[in-house]
Amino acid sequence: MEDLAITTDGLVKTYPKGVRALDGVGFAVERGTVFGLLGPNGAGKSTTVKILTTLTVPDEGRALVAGHDVVRHPEAVRRTIGVVGQRNGVDPDATGRENLQLQGDFYGIPSRGLRSRIAELLERFDLTESANRLVRTYSGGMQRKLDVAIGLINHPSVLFLDEPTTGLDPEARAEMWIEIERLAREDGVTVLLTTHYLEEADRLASQLAIVDRGRVVAAGTPEQLKSELRGDTLVVELAASVNGRALQAIDGIEGVHEPAIDGRVLRARADAGARAVPAVLAALEAAGLPVAAATVSRPSLDDVYLRHAGRTFAEAER
Amino acid sequence: MRLAIRHTLALTRRQLFILWRQPWFVAITVIQPLIWLLLFGSLFKRVVELPGFHGGSYVDFLTPGVLVMSALFAGGWHGMGYIDAMNRGILDRFLVSPMTRGALVASGFLYGAVVIVVQSLVIIGVAYADGAHFSFGTVAAMFALAILLGGSVAALSDALAFVARQEETVIGAVQFVVLPATFLSSGMMASNLLPGWIHDVARFNPVNWAVVGARAGSSDWGLVGTRAGLLGALLIVCAALATRALRVYQRAV
Repeated sequence: MEDLAITTDGLVKTYPKGVRALDGVGFAVERGTVFGLLGPNGAGKSTTVKILTTLTVPDEGRALVAGHDVVRHPEAVRRTIGVVGQRNGVDPDATGRENLQLQGDFYGIPSRGLRSRIAELLERFDLTESANRLVRTYSGGMQRKLDVAIGLINHPSVLFLDEPTTGLDPEARAEMWIEIERLAREDGVTVLLTTHYLEEADRLASQLAIVDRGRVVAAGTPEQLKSELRGDTLVVELAASVNGRALQAIDGIEGVHEPAIDGRVLRARADAGARAVPAVLAALEAAGLPVAAATVSRPSLDDVYLRHAGRTFAEAER
Repeated sequence: MRLAIRHTLALTRRQLFILWRQPWFVAITVIQPLIWLLLFGSLFKRVVELPGFHGGSYVDFLTPGVLVMSALFAGGWHGMGYIDAMNRGILDRFLVSPMTRGALVASGFLYGAVVIVVQSLVIIGVAYADGAHFSFGTVAAMFALAILLGGSVAALSDALAFVARQEETVIGAVQFVVLPATFLSSGMMASNLLPGWIHDVARFNPVNWAVVGARAGSSDWGLVGTRAGLLGALLIVCAALATRALRVYQRAV
């Protein structure tokens, strides 16, 4: 328990209109790590964060953050966490400094200490020069940085980042990634990151939980999750939609497993991709199914998702 | 407690800064009551000649009414700020910090008090220029009662904002309530000249409590006291309601 920053068990949350947002979510986060909650939009990531940050309460289940129960001792949780929400929680009609000052007031930080903390955070996020400008004049990337700075004002031991790079341009996203890595490495902050970018989870998270339809469908390190999948990923794009016939055609080819078809795209796992391709292509040709393209790749998180959620990530996002 | 006060002051300052940065809004807040005062003041100038008015000028009579109506508007719009804060994720950010929940409502009262005092000073100044006279007692009673009423309405507006979470609902409620509530009082017309049913309704209308109390400031402190007591009780009820509404909001997010 000592080295766990967050534990959740059997979290259930149903919204008034009967939407079951969480259906028994459970996972554990080790102290000082970046933990990724990965899933398509609407999978239940944000609801999980809302419960863990005491914004709302679960119908069932239990969650501890930094050793405190989120339902029974929300005040204790609030003092130890930092939160960067999905929507920018910054006030556009205030200056950057005023935004930080207000949040510092909420934590009751003594005024002299707060002044230096604000200066330190402005410096760190490269906002010193714009500190006295209204936030509505900031670029999206600057607002996001200020958002993270506000989340750090109280030296949190656990930081929640809900979709921190959504809506950022590639350059700002890369900067944010570097900052998140630094938080865990240099400041020893435990980071819980939600994202619907597979690439982001892969790069930042040392541990992952994949969430789908309100449940954790897989958990582990990105490497573990990928290595659980046998062999390579084989994707064949057919010239026309054929459904079942393609599956029949490749049935029984040695070293090819878990075939699945979605429209014109045929997916399978292959023990040795390079050797399987000619056999699969030949089988399809023989069945009179022309092929438009074929690729072989190492397993990705998308494949992990497909395996556990029964659909591709892109499909789930639709 | 010290922390709760710090939270309240910080939130009040935030709202005042936001207001100050919208000069047009400040101008409207100050000018609108003056339009009521000068427009009604000249339109109904001669009603004081009716038996039932006890002499004096109509502006003398009207000023407490306009002042209270302006406090109603000032309070009524308060919830709008929280809806904006909700939509931007600012409110959620406040709620995941150790901010004292009551500070959201208490700061609305303080902010409202500042706005109402400034607004009232301008109204009274213009009324003076227009030939009205008020005793110090009347001015003090007007301020106190307008603030209590405005604060109650601000809390009510917050409650509505937390539950409805839509600007349209608050706008609709303010438009629907403020003018009728003002006309169902002796704000514009002497109490004994009101039609019977309005007279009866007015007895239970907080706007009338404030207007009647304010006018009594120069003569009858007992009346000021009871009206202040009623409005104080209303304020407590509305503040409690707003705090409950915040919990409804948290269950729904």
